[in-house]
Amino acid sequence: MPFSMPMIEVRELSKTFGDFCAVDRISFSVAEGKIFGFLGPNGAGKTTTIKMLTTLLKPTAGTLCVNGLDPVGDPRAVRRTFGIVFQDPSLDDELTAFENMEYHGVLYGVPEPPRRKKIEDLLRFVELWERRKDFVKQFSGGMKRRLEIARALLHVPRIIFLDEPTLGLDPQTRNHIWSYIQNLSRQQNVTVFFTTHYMEEAERVADEIAIIDRGKIVAQGSPVSIKEKSGVPTLEEAFIGLTGRAIRDEEASPMDQLRMRRRLWRRS
Amino acid sequence: MSAVYILWLRQIKRYYRSRARIIGSIGQPILFLLALGFGFGPVYQRAGGGNYMQFLAPGVVSMGILFLGVFSGIEIIWDRQFGFLKETLVAPVSRLQIVLGRILGGATVAMIQGFLVLLICFIAGFRMERIARLPLAMIFMFLIAVLCTSIGTAVASVLEDIQGFQLIINFLVMPLFFFSNALFPVAGLPRALQLIVQFNPLSYGIDGVRGALTHGFHFGLAADFGVLGLMTAGLVGLGSYLFSRIQL
Repeated sequence: MPFSMPMIEVRELSKTFGDFCAVDRISFSVAEGKIFGFLGPNGAGKTTTIKMLTTLLKPTAGTLCVNGLDPVGDPRAVRRTFGIVFQDPSLDDELTAFENMEYHGVLYGVPEPPRRKKIEDLLRFVELWERRKDFVKQFSGGMKRRLEIARALLHVPRIIFLDEPTLGLDPQTRNHIWSYIQNLSRQQNVTVFFTTHYMEEAERVADEIAIIDRGKIVAQGSPVSIKEKSGVPTLEEAFIGLTGRAIRDEEASPMDQLRMRRRLWRRS
Repeated sequence: MSAVYILWLRQIKRYYRSRARIIGSIGQPILFLLALGFGFGPVYQRAGGGNYMQFLAPGVVSMGILFLGVFSGIEIIWDRQFGFLKETLVAPVSRLQIVLGRILGGATVAMIQGFLVLLICFIAGFRMERIARLPLAMIFMFLIAVLCTSIGTAVASVLEDIQGFQLIINFLVMPLFFFSNALFPVAGLPRALQLIVQFNPLSYGIDGVRGALTHGFHFGLAADFGVLGLMTAGLVGLGSYLFSRIQL
């Protein structure tokens, strides 16, 4: 193919909640096989954008195209083409690593065979095969993340969405996870769309970056071009230059409040 | 169909792995069985009602199913909280299949619970009059289980927090149980109470289980089956509809 078709194409996309505009007419595209970093301060609209791309939210206005399909018009076809690692853990703690994989495989219609073989390959890939019979509740944060990445790959997606995949992990684990992701993109031509707060990670792994702030894209391009435009030596400085120094407070969602209460409830 | 199966399987696995939950949820029906069964037994006998244990056991079995069925809704709230619901909802599977898998899983667990309570009833002295009618009793137990799981699913789909769920469920479960024919016969009740009991769908389920296991049917087999069947179908519909509207 002379031109690679964009895997993700977003035009004039908006999402409003009441009178709050979370995403304000953003446009970007991601070519096949690229690693795309979507950066922004807390509450900038990153997760809202991912939710729209992954059929979990309907946009207020604008058009979306994922792998040539429309997430609003044909959500089930779109769901088959991507894998996702959510910002918060989304494993069943009371199932084993293998059972979590199997659950996903059956839900996504991966036939047996080769389901078990694929699960084995992926668990080996993230170095969890030896722990396959252990309950997920015994896993560390890094192990859970690796399992989620393996799971997201089970149905052979063309795109993988990673919402802050390295949040709260130690540098060793973070390096590890990024090397998996880079391998994946190189070996299998999987398109990667990720968000992160670690600018040095984005600088290192992303082919292309978009910076979003208050629902609007304020910069877009390769890490090098963004730094050059801002005239600073690091992406972090460019990021702060573009989005300001003020601390952003994300309002606690009902989900966060619920999690808090659950913790208290369990303790009593 | 395989999606329905894997969702069902997950709930069965979670149930048998959680021994505390099994034992804990049997406690309440046993308490009712022993305290009321033996406490009111002599009075009931003297009043000419016969053996109270024979009357009470089907009610307590249904109670076990009711409680566990309705409370299975709490798993939706937990899943939502632990993020696992997202994993399920973003899969290329229709919401209807997901909710059916859930309801069937919850109902199966509630049925197992009902059997455990029935077993304890046997130990406490309950005797079935005709063993051949056990399958009929099982059909009614299953319908009760589906009905109650659907109620739990419906409530959990619109609520996000556990306290709210527990409050609402208590407001639903307790009246459903006490204003039914689980503990006392319908015949001879004050008019108002009789009406309430007759409007309670659970009464028809309990009457069905009781009719199959021991005494005759009070409302009649056709009425029990018809009313319970219709109400169950309606609530499965409502539960599915509300679940399909969950936004993350």
